Amino acid sequence: MYTQALSTTETDDRGLEDAAKAAQFQARIDAEERIEPNDWMPAAYRKTLTRQISQHAHSEIVGMLPEGNWITRAPSLRRKAALLAKVQDECGHGLYLYAAAETLGTSREELVDAMLAGKAKYSSIFNYPTLTWADIGIIGWLVDGAAIMNQIPLCRCSYGPYARAMIRVCKEESFHQRQGYEIVLTLCRGSDEQQAMAQEALNRWWWPVLMMFGPPDATSQHSDTSTKWKIKRFSNDELRQKFVDATVPQAQYLGLTIPDPGMIQDADGHWPYSEIDWTEFKQVLAGNGPCNRDRLAARGKAHDEGAWVREAAAAYAAKRARRQTAQAAE
Amino acid sequence: MPVANIQVSETPLVLYALRRADDALILGHRLSEWCGHAPMLEEDMALSNIALDLLGQARELYTYAAKAEGKDNDEDKLAYLRDVRQYRNLLLVEQPNGGFAQTLVRQFFYSAFADLYWRAMMASRDTTLAAIAAKSEKESAYHLRHASEWIIRLGDGTDESRARAQAAIDHLWAFTGEMFAVDEGECALIHADIAIDPGSLRGRWLTTLSGVVSEATLELPQTDWMQQGGRTGRHSEHLGHLLSELQSMQRTFPGQTW
Amino acid sequence: MATPNTPLWEVFIRSRNGLAHKHVGSLHASDTTMALQAARDIYTRRGEGLSIWVVPSTAITASDPAEKGMMFEPAESKIYRHPTFYEVPDEVGHM
Repeated sequence: MYTQALSTTETDDRGLEDAAKAAQFQARIDAEERIEPNDWMPAAYRKTLTRQISQHAHSEIVGMLPEGNWITRAPSLRRKAALLAKVQDECGHGLYLYAAAETLGTSREELVDAMLAGKAKYSSIFNYPTLTWADIGIIGWLVDGAAIMNQIPLCRCSYGPYARAMIRVCKEESFHQRQGYEIVLTLCRGSDEQQAMAQEALNRWWWPVLMMFGPPDATSQHSDTSTKWKIKRFSNDELRQKFVDATVPQAQYLGLTIPDPGMIQDADGHWPYSEIDWTEFKQVLAGNGPCNRDRLAARGKAHDEGAWVREAAAAYAAKRARRQTAQAAE
Repeated sequence: MPVANIQVSETPLVLYALRRADDALILGHRLSEWCGHAPMLEEDMALSNIALDLLGQARELYTYAAKAEGKDNDEDKLAYLRDVRQYRNLLLVEQPNGGFAQTLVRQFFYSAFADLYWRAMMASRDTTLAAIAAKSEKESAYHLRHASEWIIRLGDGTDESRARAQAAIDHLWAFTGEMFAVDEGECALIHADIAIDPGSLRGRWLTTLSGVVSEATLELPQTDWMQQGGRTGRHSEHLGHLLSELQSMQRTFPGQTW
Repeated sequence: MATPNTPLWEVFIRSRNGLAHKHVGSLHASDTTMALQAARDIYTRRGEGLSIWVVPSTAITASDPAEKGMMFEPAESKIYRHPTFYEVPDEVGHM
């Protein structure tokens, strides 16, 4: 997930590189071989992946904030432990993904600096606020649900380190969506007030979640190369429809109403949805979502306030190395 | 509406379990405040792990306290429906995170004690407490190692980190005495071999501290004056704010299932 | 100002006694002790391990994929190194 913000594509520079190598590379991709860090790869492949993987990593890390907002207020100790473990998982996923991006030759520090400087994107979904406890349930159920839709095909992505990171992520995330659904289910079985809380949260999150899959295929600029390179295996609209089809019966079971009144299942079993308001999407992407500034400020603060700690650890490591060298010389 | 505080019949055993449960919950809560804000991702992972260990300890201890009390209280009622005057944790664990140095010094002081404490409690004649101790001892041993390594790096790192670590030690020192205090009820439990005498751990606790602190080129304060009050519900001002956040859902929507 | 780099480490975990350590991922840490702690905190949260190795990423020397032919293909023709190359009558039983 979280790669919808990819707004430009690298120019295909095969012409500038060894044409034979490029052909060989494409043949390996076509044969479903995995590309590994030291393998030759077109510069555009490297650049596209670095951006996509790091964007994915930034999304995991920024994604800790909206849910982290409720760790200290979780309404039971059981929920508190589950939520903390979930948000911690997201940190781990960011960490695995940064490591995968680093195999392409850019350090985590550079990637993070770019994000903090506003030069790298993260998923827009995290620019919405978590206002009630129901939001935590809805995020687990829908945001993680949407993420899983996108991440499962990424387990077969042509770039080995990314695919391996995604396998680990998908394995660990299997509890996230269930955790969210259970929260919403508990609300829906609870008091009128709790049911209303769940419905209200669904109303707020539904459309932003559908936007997570990125612009409609007709306007998406970068899918062609990504598909050719087997980074992307399904189009935005395909995944979005798959998600809606899976979600509608889950909402029905909960007794919740999807805030799209005209929905009727078609003959093929799909649930067509109304047109998405892409102006909002573009605004949030441009930095004007409800929480864009808060999110960046929070990550920037953690980074800046942690600088002296990282410096201390580095200084100690240098001292220890010197002492060990001196000891060895004795 | 069941919005009011619950009443707990604090028999010596209930109170004993409750005090340790409150320590673990409040410290775990404080650590969980770091989630998403730590100096590096690796440390986000580490602090969350410690918080989850402590939260797990708290849940077991609350459940045991509720069982020992024998009324209809449970872990959530004990955590969410007692106010600041009913909380029984050490003043140390409710102190704000401050910066990374203060959080780690707080953890270091507490874990150095908890490690010894739980190891000794494994011999408790109370089989539930002994079982909780056996699990908690391993967790605390790791928490202590983690905190010690950081104290060494902060102390023997840069001038800035050293100053911050020393300031945190000086600031938190007065909250450490309470760990070794006992009241009459606890004395009875100690005589019955259900509890252990924390005073007997102080020497070893100081040895652990001195070793790490001197390797870190830091110093322990010489002052003897110690703050007291957490065990009887006379807390610092910080705890009320923590509880208002921790309990906000239960207080706003009383009596519901989440 | 650019953030200074913290060294990168590769993490290997043995999941059960008797198995070999297997590469599971990477992390950043200032020194060996911190790397080992971080590996424990990141990669063994679900009971994945009984033993951890951490190795500075810079300490790893890798073969060059461009030399794959020279390095690995010569082995492919040595089918006599495999048991299935040899014929043993069924009557002899398992060997």
